[in-house]
Order: sequence, then structure tokens, then C-alpha cells
Amino acid sequence: MPRARRRALGAPALTTGLTLAYLSVIVLIPLAAVVAKATAGGWHHFWQVAWNPEAKAALELTLELAGLVVLVNAVFGTALAWTLVRDEFPGRNLLNSIIDLPFALPTIVAGLTLLALYGPTGGLGVNIAYTRAGVLMALLFVTLPFVVRTVQPVLLELDKEMEEAAASLGAGRFTVFRRIIFPNLFPALLSGVALAFARALGEFGAVVLIAGNIPFKTEVASVYVYQHVSSDDPTGAAALAVVLLVISLGVLLAIGAVRRWATRHDR
Amino acid sequence: MIGRYLVRFSALGYVAVILVAPVALIFWRAFEHGLGPFWAAITTPDALHALKLTLELAVVAVPLNTAFGIACAIAIVRYRMPGGGLVNAIVDLPLALSPVVVGLSLYLLYARDGWFGGWLTRHGVQMLFAYPAMLLAMLFISLPFVVREVVPVLREIGIDQEEAAATLGSSAFTTFRKVTIPAIRWAVTYGVVLTTARCLGEFGAVSIVSGGIAGRTQVLTQYVQASYENFNLTGAYAASVVLAGLAIATLVAMTIVRPKEERSGNRDA
Repeated sequence: MPRARRRALGAPALTTGLTLAYLSVIVLIPLAAVVAKATAGGWHHFWQVAWNPEAKAALELTLELAGLVVLVNAVFGTALAWTLVRDEFPGRNLLNSIIDLPFALPTIVAGLTLLALYGPTGGLGVNIAYTRAGVLMALLFVTLPFVVRTVQPVLLELDKEMEEAAASLGAGRFTVFRRIIFPNLFPALLSGVALAFARALGEFGAVVLIAGNIPFKTEVASVYVYQHVSSDDPTGAAALAVVLLVISLGVLLAIGAVRRWATRHDR
Repeated sequence: MIGRYLVRFSALGYVAVILVAPVALIFWRAFEHGLGPFWAAITTPDALHALKLTLELAVVAVPLNTAFGIACAIAIVRYRMPGGGLVNAIVDLPLALSPVVVGLSLYLLYARDGWFGGWLTRHGVQMLFAYPAMLLAMLFISLPFVVREVVPVLREIGIDQEEAAATLGSSAFTTFRKVTIPAIRWAVTYGVVLTTARCLGEFGAVSIVSGGIAGRTQVLTQYVQASYENFNLTGAYAASVVLAGLAIATLVAMTIVRPKEERSGNRDA
């Protein structure tokens, strides 16, 4: 069976080889170059550069904002998923489609739309330009779909009989939510907010117009990296980029762990 | 009953404030003085060049990542790769990674003192601030989408049909063309739609490696930024409306493709 043998050896080796080569050229070697640049002067120097006051302020602000993004999305994302699955009103299908818009809309356009309405020329008497609240709003815009899209399918599958049983045993609506619905949604909610957190940490396009370039005030980590490459300080940019890279990898691994834990829970 | 309305109106209010009102206003601003100014704004030489460059890059990046996505999904699902779990994680990385980190990584690699940059510069190949690095940025950013859509479908269909075809004497390529491709067709289509949307909207990575020279290395998203910063609000709003129109077309394409997947029971959300 020469043909069967070729299938088992030749084609897989070629496909696998090409896949790994492409991944290396596009993803792995460039990322290795960042790590190499950041650590070229030794680890001590790396920490000094990554932990200088401006970088530290940028990272702290980014983490604070990403934390707020997690909280707001946990509440409103769950409420939206609930509205889409359990509530009925005209326009529900339209709402369901609109939720994905932040995934499809270019991020620079997202930032511009917020400035158009809430910025200096918006005419609402507010101005989010160069404020932390504005940056938070931009992050909320781009992370809107994550929690909705992870919680919604779980809510759809959820067995209503459990809730009815609890209610018939005298549980109030809040108790049913706290003891029955929430524990079922929790793993999905967790991976949804983790995705939103990762996205908020690295977001650039939506925040760049709103944040401007004000170190210690509205400069988030991605803007810091951009400013430092542009002003010919690639080492400084690389140091904070490595910190971001490590956090992103950590979040991805955590999401994988949550998914495995949740599926084990099912069985 | 009051609880339900409270949840409904806070959820709807949130979407209105964060998403719907700002996006609607952009359309109003672009067209408030009629079609003429809008048309004039998107047909300036710089805007047209930015649109053309964006489409040219996407036309190359999308097929490359589609071919890679299918091959990678087959390698992950069908073959026991060394470090298969790791490959899976690396494929997901562009989803979680900041685009500026992606841009910086390419910048460092192809700068004159970078690992590849020195050699390439000596041989007369200009990567940075030119087409090649912008293409690499797009490829990196839009890498996961086809893989992510095709992997669950390949898992679902199993290898029975492919083995049956092989037993009946079909070659590996014929099996792939006649059995595998029809099964993953819609997953690939969905992945292509997502990849295209991501490529057209790419901004962060490209803006680090492109230099953003108007009329030369500026994609449409960069044109939006440059116009806004140069107080050319009409130009910024008009280009944004073009991009938003493409995004809405993407959403429509997604809703057309997705139900077919769900009906055949292939989707693994």
C-alpha cells in the first residue's frame, strides 16, 4: 500500500512542516526579537527600563482600567446576554447583530465615533478627550461583545426546570439567580471577562485619539510602547512590550485552564 | 416584572450610550451636508490611495492566511504534531496580544540593526516603512480566524469519510478536494469574512511599521487618524463611514453564513 503509506508520512510531514515554518516566520521569530531586544542588556537592566516611573505609571493605569472593564462587562455583559436570551421585545434580533459590531468595526473608527459624540465638538457639554474616563469608555466599546458572546450560549442551554424547582421550593428570584443561575454561568463569565481583560490591556487604536500623549495621566501601556518606538527608544518600548506579552500569555493559559475546569465540571 | 424592565433598559441603555449613539452620529456627521462633501472627501488622492493600499494588502493577506489556516487546522486535528498544544496556544496569541507589540516585533526584526534587517538592507530589500512589513503585520494580526473556525468542524466530521474515500482508491489530494473541502466550506467562508474584516481595520501594528506617509504607506485607518489630527474632520468622518460600511457588510455576511453552519450542527461556539 504505497499510497496509504505516503498519506501517513509524506503529506502530514509537509503540511506540518509548512505550518510550523509559517508560524515561525510570522509570529515566533518577531516575538523572539522583542524579547531579545528587551533583555539584551541583562535582566537587571531590563527591570530598570521596564520599571521606570513613566512605564510603571502606564502599566498601573492600564491594569486599573482593565480591572474596571472586567467589572463593568461582568454586570452589563450578563444583563445583555440575559436580555437577549430570556427577554422578548421588538428589535431583539437587531440588538443581537449589533452586539458584534465592535468586533467588525476598525478600532480607530471606534475611538473617533466616541470623540464625535462625547468629545469637544459633540455638543453634549462633556469632553472625554485626554481623560481617563474617555479611555475607559473606548475600552468598554471594544470589549462589549466578549462577555455577552460567552455567557449567551450557556444561558440558552440552561435547564429552566432547575429554576422552577427552586422557585417551587420557595426560593425568591434573587436566590434563584444567586444559587442556580450564577454558578452555572460562572465559568463562561470568567472566560468572557478574561478575554475582555486581555483586549483592554493591549488596545491601541480605540484609545490613541482619546488618550493623546500625556505621560502619567492618560498614557496606557500600548500608547507608551508606540510613543517610545516613534521617539527612537526601541529598548524602552521592548521592555514594556515583554511585560504585556507575558501578561497576555498568562491570560490565555488561564482561559484554557478555566475551559478545561468547566468541561470537567459537566461530566 | 419591574426587575425584568430594569435589566432590559439598563442593558439597552448601555448599548445605546457606548455603541449605537456614537456610531450613528458618525454617519450623520458624514452626510449632514449631503452626498457632495462626503464624495469629495473620500475621493481626494490621499484617501483613494489609502483605500487602494488597504485593499491591495488585504487581497494578498487573506488568501495567504486562508491557505495557512486550512493547513494548520488539518495539522492540529489530523496529525500528531510535536508540541501540538503549543501550536494551538501560539495560534491564539494574536487574539490576546496588543497590536503595538506585534508592530514593534516586526520593527525590531527588520530594522537596520535587526536580525533580518541588516542582511535585507544590504541586499537592497526595503521591508520597514514599505509594503512588505505592512503585509507581515496584517498576516500576524489576522492569523487565527480561519484556524479557529475550521478546527472544530474537522474534529466534528471525523476521519470516516476520508478513510472510506482512500479505501475506494482516491488519492490524498482527491480526498481533500472532494471530501474535506466540502465539509469545511462554510467554516472557511466564515473565517475568511472575519480575516478580511480584521485586515481592513488593522491599525496598531501597521502604524508602527508603515511610517504612515500620506499617498504612499498610509492605509485607510491611518488616514482616519491623520485627518483627525490635522483637523480635517470631514475627511476623518467620511473615511470612517467607508470603514464602518465595510464592517456592517461583514456583519451581514456573518449572519448569512452562520445559520448554515448551525443547521448542519458543525459549529462549536
